Amino acid sequence: MAITRRAAIAGGIAAPFLMTGRASAQSPSRSETLLLVQEYGPNSLDMQGIGSSQPVNGVALNCYDRLLRFKPVPIPAGGGNQVSMGELEGELAESWQVASDGMSCTFKLRDAKFHSGRPVTAKDVKWSLDRACTIGGFATTQMNAGSLEKPEQFVVVDDKTFRVDFLRKDKMTLPNLAVTIPFVFDSELAIKNSGGDPHAKEWLKNNVAGSGAYKVESWKPGVETIYVRNDDWACGKLPQLKRIIARDIASPSTRRALMERGDADVSYGLPPKDFKDLLDGGKINVVGVPIPNGVWGLYLNSQVGPFKDVRLRQAVAWVLPYDKMLQASLFGRGVDMSGGPETPKVAWPQPFPYKTSIEKAKELVAAAGGGFSTTLQFDAGNATVAEPMSVLIKEALGAIGINVEISKVPGANFRTEIAKKTNPMTLNRFAGWLDYPDYYLFWTMHGNNSIFNIANYQNPALDKLIDAARFSADKAEYDKLVVDFVKLVNNEVPMVPIAQPTHDVALQKSIGGYQFQPCREPDFRYLTKG
Amino acid sequence: MLGMIAARLKTTIPSVIGVIIVTFLLTRVLPGDTAAYFAGPAASNEAIADIRSKLGLDQPLPVQFVSYVVALVRGDLGTSLTTGQPVTADLAQRLPASAELTLVGLLISMAIALPLGVLAAVRQGSWIDHLCRIVATAGVSLPVFFTGLLLVYVFYFILGWAPAPLGRLDVFFSEPPRVTGFLLIDSLIARDLGTFSAALSQILLPALTLAIFSLAPITRMTRASMLAVLGADFVRTARASGLSTRKVIGTYAFRNAMLPVVTTLGMVFSFLLGANVLVEKVFAWPGVGSYAVEALLASDYAPIQGFVLTMAILYVALNLLIDILYGVIDPRVRLEG
Repeated sequence: MAITRRAAIAGGIAAPFLMTGRASAQSPSRSETLLLVQEYGPNSLDMQGIGSSQPVNGVALNCYDRLLRFKPVPIPAGGGNQVSMGELEGELAESWQVASDGMSCTFKLRDAKFHSGRPVTAKDVKWSLDRACTIGGFATTQMNAGSLEKPEQFVVVDDKTFRVDFLRKDKMTLPNLAVTIPFVFDSELAIKNSGGDPHAKEWLKNNVAGSGAYKVESWKPGVETIYVRNDDWACGKLPQLKRIIARDIASPSTRRALMERGDADVSYGLPPKDFKDLLDGGKINVVGVPIPNGVWGLYLNSQVGPFKDVRLRQAVAWVLPYDKMLQASLFGRGVDMSGGPETPKVAWPQPFPYKTSIEKAKELVAAAGGGFSTTLQFDAGNATVAEPMSVLIKEALGAIGINVEISKVPGANFRTEIAKKTNPMTLNRFAGWLDYPDYYLFWTMHGNNSIFNIANYQNPALDKLIDAARFSADKAEYDKLVVDFVKLVNNEVPMVPIAQPTHDVALQKSIGGYQFQPCREPDFRYLTKG
Repeated sequence: MLGMIAARLKTTIPSVIGVIIVTFLLTRVLPGDTAAYFAGPAASNEAIADIRSKLGLDQPLPVQFVSYVVALVRGDLGTSLTTGQPVTADLAQRLPASAELTLVGLLISMAIALPLGVLAAVRQGSWIDHLCRIVATAGVSLPVFFTGLLLVYVFYFILGWAPAPLGRLDVFFSEPPRVTGFLLIDSLIARDLGTFSAALSQILLPALTLAIFSLAPITRMTRASMLAVLGADFVRTARASGLSTRKVIGTYAFRNAMLPVVTTLGMVFSFLLGANVLVEKVFAWPGVGSYAVEALLASDYAPIQGFVLTMAILYVALNLLIDILYGVIDPRVRLEG
């Protein structure tokens, strides 16, 4: 038979219907699977690696174990748990003991197994912590923040015993072992695949070699990440959810529609307005936690430009419309930072004693020599919140004769701009992982002039208080130091705190066990469905 | 024929070289510091310098350009910092998604626009002509992200007819074995009708969004070119010879009117490929458009260069294809290199 054009077309059209009756393999049912929709996903599977994006913290959290973890405590407003910074519990460590001289800590490891089946040993812990300290970039900076600086500090005592020697007494050393950086790799597997690189960077970027509660089943960067439960997880209660699908959905409107229709189970990172609407709608749970050690602040450059004069900085603090800003930019999803007590509490962030009073502001501006023009910059990536906030600032300052021009800096350029430390006003949000007042001020107002000291504030008196508080072992002395330095910045206002934002997450009513982590990524290990 | 194609390709070499140079220079003059961006929030200046030297960004521009071209010759487009993967792998993964979406959109658009344009030309001034005008104006004046969100709102959110806008496949289907990268074709090759219909239902809304946007140029061009042909002598002769209206319009007029329409189709296809960035965002479509935009926001050079280069090559290929099609439609068109 000759194959005519007609026959060929008919055959082509019919081909798909000649089914072989083979059903495609189906994954676990919807009730055992969680669908998370997020703005963007991880760009690597290795949080210690250079250039890892925020969602990589989630991979570190769920697929790897650390020696310690933060203890869950209920969120005061309900809806799940947050963490208590001062209280730790063992993850890979079965028990731990600080030496009597307070200069080292010995950890006993659990009988845990890596996904590869190999038992976790002290050698793996050492390899991983050495790596974090030497790899450079963010991981090393974060390790140093807890006085974990040199590989010599990490000692293998025997297969199941591991010791960390302290360089100095630093209350942040142990909590810093519970953040998402010092997690433990299967060192043998990593070295085997490293291709000669002592850090096995390339391989670990694309592969998980951990012992954590979840394994990565498939990772399509920019599209989706699929996690499956590690049924042999030894470091905690076996999670209820067998499979997690995290899809990257860039459009917040689409994410909101998916939540409202009930097709997605959990969504992070919606604009504050959507969270407020979802909460008001009542069909979806919205759990909010005021971000520990996080605050939206207006940084006033204390070295260059008009705000060298402390009276003008105070004038700004007296004139900002705090409540309006909280309502218009955060839709009430935050804590007001105005009208605090004269004598500060031992806390950060906390309301400063300023509240809106145009008369006081006008007096201060007049005393400093009258009005002027200046510029305010913010990161365009934060525009949803920062734009309405900056417009309100412009309006308020206009009333006391300060003319503000707003400059929106694209994300990739913002860092370069704040590193210059020349712009008079910058609106920014900074949040520290370790919830200590001295930690926050160390980054944002200390004379070491880190990039986040956007106000370029230099004051040896403040540095002395912060340094003393950082290494103080005595509670009463620490509390007094904190009160002193908060009082000092209350008066000096290099940064005017505006609001402590809430970290919100939207969950279907059927989802329970929400756990807030300082890295602000979802912790699947505690979540339940049904 | 082959000689003609080779001759055509030769003329495109200078433009491709131009594209390589221009994209390289453009990405370097973009504001923003890649190293600072990827060093992360708490990085020290040394860490930033370290990353800069790892990325080779501390080298002088000519040296960077030479190493870029050398890598390019080896087929290496560099590594994306936003996804952490080689750009070639990313593009290979994502280009079929964009191409499939654009093609389906174009097919839907043609299925509506061609008959509408022909009818509008034949019944000039009638209600169908006005309808054609309204559809074209509305389609071109509604921004794509708006049409996209509107369609999601109506067909997914309110009516619940469309599936969740979660990308190319519902989360509970797994992708068929990859042959062409087009899910609709791959699922048919795998003879998996379930996946085929799942992929089809996912693509329908975004493709419709693109179709609405591209209706206008195709309809208007079909109408105008049909009008010109209908007024030509040979149509009058055909009518006078007593041929049926169907035969006159279908066989003689339409075929002759196709030439400008095909040109328009080529143009529409290439601008749709670029314009579907916003549609990809709304429908979480993992295509090249959203990939390039994300890279741009992060000053991530390699993907931008790769994207522009791929688009340029695609454009060249498309133009060649259209030139060949001309010859098929109208044998009088002879192609000279």
